[in-house]
Amino acid sequence: MATQTAEADLGQQPVKGRSLWADARTRFFRNKAAVAGLVALILICLFAFFGEFLAQYERAYVDFSLMGRNAVNGVPSIETGHYFGTDESGRDLYARTVQGTRISLLVGLVGAGVAVIVGTLYGAIAGYMGGKTDNIMMRTVDILMSVPYMFVLILMLVIFGRSITMLFIGIGLISWLDMSRIARGQTLSIKNKEFVEAAVATGVRPFTIILRHIVPNLAGLVIVYSTLLVPQMIITESFISFLGLGVQEPSTSLGALISAGAGQMRYGVLWQLLYPLFFFVVTLFAFFFVGDGLRDALDPKDR
Amino acid sequence: MLSYVLRRIAVAIPTILLLIVISFVLMFAAPGGPFNGERALPAQVMQNLEARYGLDQPYWKQMADYVWNVVVHFDFGPSFQYRDRTVNDVIAQGFPVTLTYGFWSFVVAVIAGVSLGVTAAIRHNSAVDYTAVGISIGAQVLPNFVMAPILVLIFTLWLGWLPGGGWQGGQWNYLVLPVIALSTSYMASISRITRSSMLEVLNAGFIRTAKAKGLPMRRIILRHALKPAMLPVLSYLGPAFVGMITGSVIIDVYFSTGGIGQFFVNSAFNRDYSVIMGITILVGVLTVTFNLVVDLLYAWIDPKIRY
Repeated sequence: MATQTAEADLGQQPVKGRSLWADARTRFFRNKAAVAGLVALILICLFAFFGEFLAQYERAYVDFSLMGRNAVNGVPSIETGHYFGTDESGRDLYARTVQGTRISLLVGLVGAGVAVIVGTLYGAIAGYMGGKTDNIMMRTVDILMSVPYMFVLILMLVIFGRSITMLFIGIGLISWLDMSRIARGQTLSIKNKEFVEAAVATGVRPFTIILRHIVPNLAGLVIVYSTLLVPQMIITESFISFLGLGVQEPSTSLGALISAGAGQMRYGVLWQLLYPLFFFVVTLFAFFFVGDGLRDALDPKDR
Repeated sequence: MLSYVLRRIAVAIPTILLLIVISFVLMFAAPGGPFNGERALPAQVMQNLEARYGLDQPYWKQMADYVWNVVVHFDFGPSFQYRDRTVNDVIAQGFPVTLTYGFWSFVVAVIAGVSLGVTAAIRHNSAVDYTAVGISIGAQVLPNFVMAPILVLIFTLWLGWLPGGGWQGGQWNYLVLPVIALSTSYMASISRITRSSMLEVLNAGFIRTAKAKGLPMRRIILRHALKPAMLPVLSYLGPAFVGMITGSVIIDVYFSTGGIGQFFVNSAFNRDYSVIMGITILVGVLTVTFNLVVDLLYAWIDPKIRY
């Protein structure tokens, strides 16, 4: 009797399939730290891309009357319109932090974007082809990875001039290495599955198999690692800008702002360090938490 | 084993050569030479300068000479900016400093990281564990260029305990802040890796056997659990080394310690190619050598590795 009712129940409710992605979404939103990270990230993006509409001053506008009297007159306040105070040359720190955050985010996203496109394809091709091709491609990655890239990056910046474009190119050149290894590892386990075999049997060309059948199945892993890659790229850019070799004035980035604030902190203008530092730390935290949440949600190995 | 060693060395050598080639190609691709200043030099002066530094030679010959001098004579050539100084002088002056605080940072990161990770794993899900995990998450977002100003703010400006820069021949109080700033994030990573691998090992069958035959916990940890748990840490030491040597640039610039990082950044601003290239290649050789040693050590310790 009991079985009959159960069957009746089943019959009444059409079974609604849960896709992999729906499952992952549920798992992600159950993770409080990840959700908090996501909210923080959205707020920071809003701040970085729309924050300048709230600024009362142009970011490059130098208020000469404030120079040298920052500790008294450049204090953060709502009334003067300098929400975050002013920097050492009397420029509005709010407008500069908005721009710095935007550049740091852009660098992170470009780096991760290159990693996703180049790294995934490279890894998938190496893994799928196997044999000698795989060997040569991955040894190349091994060799490139053991080059101290920060030094080479600085060498590049010195030779071709310090500019944000050069920084983007340099970061793009190094960001895909890790991703290609991860993508290759996953490809190795996918390529022996039946659906790939079926594709091979029906005569699909190798490159089409890689694009149609391998790459979509790498998506989960790629999303997770690219989220974790963004903060690394932000750190790399900030590192170089902290040294003064990255983004050049009047543009700025969080690393450059932290460096400037750190140079001024003994003059009682601590806000010049703390505001950029706050945005830097919160951005990194947010990305790490979102990345961790995504890994728990999407990476089947950790469950 | 021997064939494995040889194979690893066979990968190491092209890496270093590639680094040299990259540096040279970048330099040849540069718009203008090292002597193209704001004021154009007379043609004769330019010619003499180029002849002196060998820049009038064909590219392949410059590269071959450079490699020959570096490999055979350990000579990185003259500085392009300072007539009385060679790249070797710069390295001889800066490298011992970098090595001193780099060594201590490495020691602190490994010892503190491993002890924190092991303690956290033994007292799994206790307050100690949560603190250790908290520290390692927090330290992820505190790279050395963030740690350095924060430390100076607290220990120099507010408390006035330690000097915020300088070297003074490596006195201990000048060493403390650079070492902490450089080692924190690596300590955090090491403790995280140690904790997770220790937790895994502590659940293994041979540990249960050791417990069942009544060995004291101390002995189980030190004699049986620690060695297998250290393998993932060992493989992290390579990246940690690279990170620290890169981070030393920040330390040198921020704390004015006078290590090679300071020369590197100064040369970057002065477009002193030969110094930049010399330091890049030196760091590359060090990195490759260190990775080689770690890999060989790993193969020697872990019996599961097949050559």
